[in-house]
Amino acid sequence: MTETLLRVENLVTTFSTAEGKLSAVRGVSFSVRKGETLCIVGESGCGKSITSLSIMGLLPSNGAVESGSIEFAGRDLTKLSKEELRRIRGNEISMIFQEPMTALNPVFTIGYQLREPLMLHQKLSKQEAHERGIELLKQVGIPFPEKRMKQYPHELSGGMRQRVMIAMALACHPSLLIADEPTTALDVTIQAQILDLINDLKQKLNMAVILITHDMGVVAEMADRVMVMYAGEKVEEGDVESIFANPRHPYTKGLLQSVPSVDDEEYSLEPIPGTLPSLNEQIDGCRFHPRCPFATDQCRAASPPERTISVSHSVRCWLEEGVHNDERVKAATS
Amino acid sequence: MVVRRFFQLILLLIGISFLVFTSMYIAPGDPAAIIAGPTASQADIDAIREDLGLNDPFLVQYGRYMNGLLHGDLGYSYQTKQPVWDAIATRFPNTLKLAIASIIVAVIIGVVAGIISAIRQNSWFDVSSTIFALAGISIPNFWLGTVLILIFAVNLQLLPVGGLDAPFYTAEGLKQLVLPAITLGTGSAAMIARMSRSSMLEVIRADFIRTARAKGVRERTVIWVHALRNAMIPVITVIGLNFGFLLGGTIITEQVFAINGVGRLMVQAIAARDFPMVQGSVLLVATLFVLVNLIVDIIYTFIDPRISYD
Repeated sequence: MTETLLRVENLVTTFSTAEGKLSAVRGVSFSVRKGETLCIVGESGCGKSITSLSIMGLLPSNGAVESGSIEFAGRDLTKLSKEELRRIRGNEISMIFQEPMTALNPVFTIGYQLREPLMLHQKLSKQEAHERGIELLKQVGIPFPEKRMKQYPHELSGGMRQRVMIAMALACHPSLLIADEPTTALDVTIQAQILDLINDLKQKLNMAVILITHDMGVVAEMADRVMVMYAGEKVEEGDVESIFANPRHPYTKGLLQSVPSVDDEEYSLEPIPGTLPSLNEQIDGCRFHPRCPFATDQCRAASPPERTISVSHSVRCWLEEGVHNDERVKAATS
Repeated sequence: MVVRRFFQLILLLIGISFLVFTSMYIAPGDPAAIIAGPTASQADIDAIREDLGLNDPFLVQYGRYMNGLLHGDLGYSYQTKQPVWDAIATRFPNTLKLAIASIIVAVIIGVVAGIISAIRQNSWFDVSSTIFALAGISIPNFWLGTVLILIFAVNLQLLPVGGLDAPFYTAEGLKQLVLPAITLGTGSAAMIARMSRSSMLEVIRADFIRTARAKGVRERTVIWVHALRNAMIPVITVIGLNFGFLLGGTIITEQVFAINGVGRLMVQAIAARDFPMVQGSVLLVATLFVLVNLIVDIIYTFIDPRISYD
């Protein structure tokens, strides 16, 4: 097995608000190995973006990592000073965001924004950074890179801007790239191009990727491993084959069933009933039980433990603990 | 773009000249009577009226004025017989000096206070700068000027009471500028501070600021380079408008500090019904106001590449 690059243990991230302290991430643990792609999946607001911002140390000013550790290449990121963390950001860990239209600074040229991390982290001269920037733009498939360097973000399309974001993120050869819904705002054809590009560069640079998405299609295409989050908790984790072939958590099953299929004419989309609870909603027991068709008294009473299904597959659900009625489950899932 | 704006400027000035000319024409008070003095006979007054062409029909008078204007002739003062242009030219440097000094004070205080307020939102600094800004906008110039004179010139005797005759590059000239510049700049500083704060608050929440941080850019650079340039676009507008007002709105401060500027000239001219002088100064102020805003529009294109007038 390859070396672990990032190990997150019991991460708890809270926000102080007018309504008191709210937990957006509740004791999440996972790890990413070198060169691996981990997809974090879940509905909007389930804590997946906050998890990634916690790793980056980029939480909004009212947010903070309350407890837990984030170990990256031998250092606990939660214990580093702001300055030490800044030197890691954009250098060893990079991030790209959902909205390429607004993620680039409108008043600086592409060249300026691309040179910045190179001059900052790698201490290149402006001229060296400029040449390296042109190479990077070429690498992410942008035509006329010399011309683009002098252009401003508004002169580029959304797909081009996301490519620039990727070029910027990869400038210093990070060992981990966090991509927070990098294709959600793009046209479908551009989506596929961007995902291919990320996959391609990941292999070339032997970089680990954390890909945050709510799109199971993207997961199928990109992931080595999948972590499913619900309401701030990890509910299931496993390699991509076992998650798709053998989903164990009712929420994971629900996510898979809400993906449309054109091959199967009999197939009907099955939405997950209800909505994600808000951060200040008090839920006893399993946090998914109000929306779960199989919920039992046990589910309402206590939070389920994490159970290992196989070496690479674990789930947190009372159904796995033998309290469920097998026939009901079969009836509902068949 | 500049050409189009130039034509707009000319149209605007024609409009202003007409408005000013009309309001002077219908205003009560006979300049001839004032020139002739309280003891003059009606015959004397009539002679002066005839001499000044005040008995001609309105349109003839206006036509004559505009004809002069087209030839660069602003006319002669009724009072001093001095060419209006000369009177303005000797006083304008003082007004300009004061306006520039005030806007410098206002921009430095306003922008810095606004940005610190924004990045330390709800801190003691933010709260007190909000209070100062409110006070700065509310306090009338004549009161602030008088109080400053009392404290710094009369009691502490650190700065001169008034005047602005020494060249600005001398120590004396700078000293003379301090109090009037603070008096005049305070209101603008307050407005600029409020604008900078709200603009900055909006910008530091933008996605591209998060991107800059994600790249590992130093926080100082994030604020003073990445955020500032974006936040400055609406602030430049406020600075431009304020500078325009300062160029024309120095009347009270010039009175308080006994500065021989265009503002004072205008007040004296209005009191004396010195029509050509009033018209000349108002036209000058209006032209400058429009020019400053034209310059602001041009500055936009340098700050924000998305703005272009082609």
